[in-house]
Formats: sequence, structure tokens, C-alpha cells
Amino acid sequence: MQYPTQEHNMNTMKQSLSDRLALLSDAAKYDASCSSSGAGKRDSAATKGLGSVSNGICHAFTPDGRCISLLKILLTNFCIYDCAYCINRSSSNVPRARFTPDEVIWLTLEFYRRNYIEGLFLSSGIIRTSDDTMSQMVRVARELRQTHKFRGYIHLKTIPNASPALLAEAGLYADRLSINVEMPTERGLADYAPQKHAGEIRHSMGEMRTHIDAAKDRTLTGRKAPRFAPGGQSTQMIVGADQATDRDILSSSSSLYTGYKLRRVYYSAFSPIPDASAILPVKAPPLLREHRLYQADWLFRFYGFQFSEITASRPDGMLDLELDPKLAWALANRAMFPIDLNRAPKEMLLRVPGLGVRSVQAIVAARRHRQLRLEDLAKLKVSIRKIKPFLYATGWSPGRLAEQQNLRQLFVPQPQQLALF
Amino acid sequence: MAYGFILDDHTSFSAWRPLARQCFLADRAPEEIEWRCASAETTLFDTPLVAPTPKNGAEPPVLRSKCLALLRSILRHADQTRFALAYRILWRAQTEPALASIATDPDIARALNMHKQVRQDTHKMTAYVRFREHGVAQNGRRSFYAWFEPDHYVLPSVAPFFSKRFVDMDWVILTPKGSLAWNGETCAFSPTPCAKPKLSDDIDQLWQTYYVSTFNPARIKTKAMLSEMPRKYWKNLPETQLIPQMLADAPARVAAMAAQQPRPAPAFHHRLQQRHASAEEAPALVQKTQLGSGT
Repeated sequence: MQYPTQEHNMNTMKQSLSDRLALLSDAAKYDASCSSSGAGKRDSAATKGLGSVSNGICHAFTPDGRCISLLKILLTNFCIYDCAYCINRSSSNVPRARFTPDEVIWLTLEFYRRNYIEGLFLSSGIIRTSDDTMSQMVRVARELRQTHKFRGYIHLKTIPNASPALLAEAGLYADRLSINVEMPTERGLADYAPQKHAGEIRHSMGEMRTHIDAAKDRTLTGRKAPRFAPGGQSTQMIVGADQATDRDILSSSSSLYTGYKLRRVYYSAFSPIPDASAILPVKAPPLLREHRLYQADWLFRFYGFQFSEITASRPDGMLDLELDPKLAWALANRAMFPIDLNRAPKEMLLRVPGLGVRSVQAIVAARRHRQLRLEDLAKLKVSIRKIKPFLYATGWSPGRLAEQQNLRQLFVPQPQQLALF
Repeated sequence: MAYGFILDDHTSFSAWRPLARQCFLADRAPEEIEWRCASAETTLFDTPLVAPTPKNGAEPPVLRSKCLALLRSILRHADQTRFALAYRILWRAQTEPALASIATDPDIARALNMHKQVRQDTHKMTAYVRFREHGVAQNGRRSFYAWFEPDHYVLPSVAPFFSKRFVDMDWVILTPKGSLAWNGETCAFSPTPCAKPKLSDDIDQLWQTYYVSTFNPARIKTKAMLSEMPRKYWKNLPETQLIPQMLADAPARVAAMAAQQPRPAPAFHHRLQQRHASAEEAPALVQKTQLGSGT
């Protein structure tokens, strides 16, 4: 098996389509975004073309635990920027390649026909000017939609400083647009990506938000506004490359979700790259930290938590790696528990460790008709062991369990003896 | 002699519904009815089954839409006891109309679990069917075949997904539980079991190239992969045969990245830097002259 960055005569003039696919997907994989949902529902029944969009489907999984939903590639990995964390920075020695827009279109359609993917996620290194790069990407999206009647998902990466006209056209064809903030703090961005400016990135996000909001409104005469990225926008932050704490990261997320109405913020554990810059840490990606950040993100998006609550009890601003953030929050706020399974409001049930959104819905529906006992929760596949210190139920009171000083010991993973050899 | 029916394995909700109604109108409780699958092993104690006769003037059963949807879903499940469970829920729901909302009830908990499995099976089918191109159909359209092994009887419910997505090509999906065929106009379902065909497609190689390249060897999370893509699907996917080799090569690739010494930047990087530096100087000059003219 040959891997793209092992330089097997990749720098020679003739690169086959397969060679370039290897290079340009390898170069795109550090972008964690894979979602193909949020754009509503549509299909090709009326247009007699190809493609549909509904809730998003993951068509394959790689051994790194990430899903493949979209064909995630770069138009080219030539780039005039020199961002330290990026495999495609201009000072890197990785082999360079480029696709023509027609090749990207062909790959997308052929992959789609075989049900490998939900659509295309197209990004690019920046060649010549921002507008030049952006117009090539827009051309791919336009021809897919107009010439090939493609109704699958299209996610375009927005190039900073591209002209408003190109942005509007991109929004017309794409389901989602995104621009990466890359680093959780402005300081981090200045250190690692000297040519990118946090202010410009935020400005682009603000513009996209205005466009997205405007597209949902009707005009004065009651006509529908032109389509603009119905799947909204998303972004990504790299975790663990700089000194930012989880509190920094989550407060950045908080402003992104509320200020720019992002659909998703992705957290990408900094991962070693081939031919890495000397200023980067050489270490394994902090996968558990990334996982905890996603859990915190979920608590904000679906469980009614504020990010500030989640990190409030952590003196060093880092999430607990041993316990999930909801459990850690509950242990730090013992005064709010136990609560009554049969009477507590839904908002409080959502805060009980071990209860997910679905089980809370099931509890709320069932308790209208019956008194619930602790054992009943086993039917909902809820862990009784985890939940019992936090709840009263018919026939159950946690009693001394809820008062116990070392409640945390019940939950932390048992220490394991290290292997001697 | 006992009351009951012998049913085909792929009996759908619409075929089961009149039979259940017949039992209900005959006022037969769930314990009195035997729902036997045609494929079930015959035992020594099997008695001949008779259909119960409806009583005159009996009230037909009534179900809330939530309950109806649940029964519809669990009848796609392959569990042979699904008919008995569905009839018991139908019977109980007459005196407990909110039954389907009580997820903690043992019958409903079991039904919801079956519903979840059916939903998952349907979803995984939309994800893991792989079409392979197979020449051109008689009408001049491109023609594709796929082989898939669903756990449950979900073909009729996934048919709309495929026929609204892959509209401009002809395709056939073959499975051990029947087949679907689309010709651009209609989607035909047949319950006849199919044998696994020999299929191949050159594009699979490009797909494998993509699969290998998009994998990051520095983050191994096989548990996460297996929970979403269990091994039972692997045998029919073109990409999964590469996984053992990818995992075996990963540590060496990561070690190579760590051991690599920083190398001098390529020539075009220096040219870019120079151009950038001269571009920065130019506006600075302009600014200075503006300031100068102001004072």
C-alpha cells in the first residue's frame, strides 16, 4: 500500500488522477467537519437528476474513528500562506498537486453514483489571489448544480477576503459554507498563522451570518430571498497546538455560537503532520481532551448548559479528563440534587448525569401515565448505578449516598496497575 | 386444534392487519392466538391452525397514530415473535390508550427496541449499499447493481430513498430478503430471495485510494469505528479489506513523522516571502507621504 506523503516520485511531472486524489485528500483530512445535514430535505424526483439531501448519512468509517460522509478534497495544495499548523503551508516540502474543476466534478458524480458519499466538501490552498481561488471553487459548485442537475450536499470552504459577489454565488449553490478560526485565541492565531487575521475571519463570518439570515426572510414584496447556504456555517479550532485552556476554547465557541449563529464548531486535536514546522509540539494528539470538548459542546447545544457553568468549577480552566463534563458539573453542584424523577422539570432532568435527551423525553411522556420507579429506568437502557445518587423515585431515596463525601470515587475509572514490562 | 395463522416471513403490516382485525372481532385474547412463521421449524406438538370467526356486531379495534406507527415498524423486524407482540399491544391498547407512550412498560420497551433495530438497519442500508456499474441498460441509461444483506424486512421502506436519490440511472439492489429494481419510472419490489452476484467496478480503486488517504494514522480509534460500522457489514464493502494493513502501517508512519528533522523550505516559499516583504514596504511608503503632506 502506498501512502501519499511517502514521496514516491510524486514530484515528477506526470501525476495520475489517483496520485492527485491521494495527495489532495490527504491534505484535506485535517479538517474535521463532515456533517451533511441541516440543509432541509430535497430530492431528484422532480428534476430527474441525481442526488438528495435529508438528515446526513455517514457512508464509511476509517480506523481513526471519523466518518466519511463527503468527498473531502482540496482543489490544490499549493498555498501562498505559511500557517505553522498546516500541512500545506508554503514552507512545507509536501508534494504539490492540483485538480481541474472538471476532475472534481467527475469524481464527485462517480463517487456519488456508487453511494460512497453524500456530496462534496471542497476546500483549497490559496493560489494567486483569494478571488481567483474562490471563483474556481464556485465554478465547481455551479456546474454540479446547473449542468449535472446534482442535488446532493455541497460544502464550500470560504476563502478569507473573497469578494462579496463570489460569496453570494457560493451561497446560492452550497449547502454549507465555512471558514476556520483555526486557533481559539487571537494570540494563538498571530503566532501560528502570521498572514491570517482574526479580525478578517470574524468579519467574513459576520457577513455570512447576515447573508444567511437575509435568505430566510422575505423581501418587501413578499417574494422569497435568493438561496444562501441553508445548512448555515461552521468552523474549526485546533486543540492542543498552543497554550489555550479549555475555558478559552469554550468561551470562544460561546461567542461563535451566539454572535455568529454557527451551526457547528469542530474541535480538532492537533495531530502531527508530515514535514512539520519546528515550532509545533511533537506529541500524540490529545484525543480524550477533544472528546471532552465535544461533550461540553453537546451540553451547550442540546442540554441547556452555558459554557461558563461547565468550566466554572475547574481552577485551571481545563475539563476533567477522568469524568465527563456533565458528571463533573453535577458533582460540583451537589446542592441541586437529588431531584424527584416523577416531578422535576424537564430542564433539571436533562442535567442528571446518565440521562440523555431521548431518555428524558421518554420519562416525561411515561410519567404522565404512571409513577416511575428506579427499576423502570433500566428499560430505557439507563445506567442505574450512575444515576441513583442523583434521583428520588417511587420506592427509592438515595439517602446517605447523596451525602457521601467521596461520591467522586464511585465514578472515576479504577486505577490499573501498569505492566511491568 | 388452535386459533391462529401461518405467515410468510416477509408478511408486512398491511397483510397482517386484516388478520389481526379478524382475531379481534372474534374476541380472541392474545393467549388464544398462535402466529406461526412458515419458515419456523415444525415440532411434534404443532396443531393445525384455524382462523377465528368474527362475531356479529363486534366493535373494531381503535389505535392512536403513535401506536399504529410502532406496530408498522416492528412488523418489519425479523423476530418471529413480532406478530404475537404486535397483537398483544393492539389488544392492551384498547383498555390503555396511551400505552405506546409508556416506554417503561415491558411490551412497549421490547417493541421500541425492535423499532430501534429496524430504524438502524434501514439507515445502515442507505449508508452501506455500494452500487457497481454494470454496462448500459436497454433504454441507454447507465446501469448499476448492488448486493446487500439487511437483518430485517426493510426493502419496501428504503425504496423511496433510493428511487428519489438515484433517479437518472438504472439500478438493482439484490438481497437475501428480496430485491428492488428502478428503471427511471417505477421501483419494483420482489420478495424472492436472491443469491450473491459477482460484481466489480474500476472506480472502487479510486474510492480505496481516497479511503486510505483520508485516514489519519496518528489517531487510532477502532472502537469508535466498530460501533458505527460493525464487522457484519465489512464483507460487502470495497474499502474495509484495507483496514488491517492501514492499522499495521500506522505506528511506523507516525514514528517517521516524529523522527523527521525540519527541512529547509522549498524555493517558491522564499520567493513568496520576498514578494510579500516588498508588498508590505510599498503601502508603508504611501502612508508616510500622506502623513508628510498633512503636516
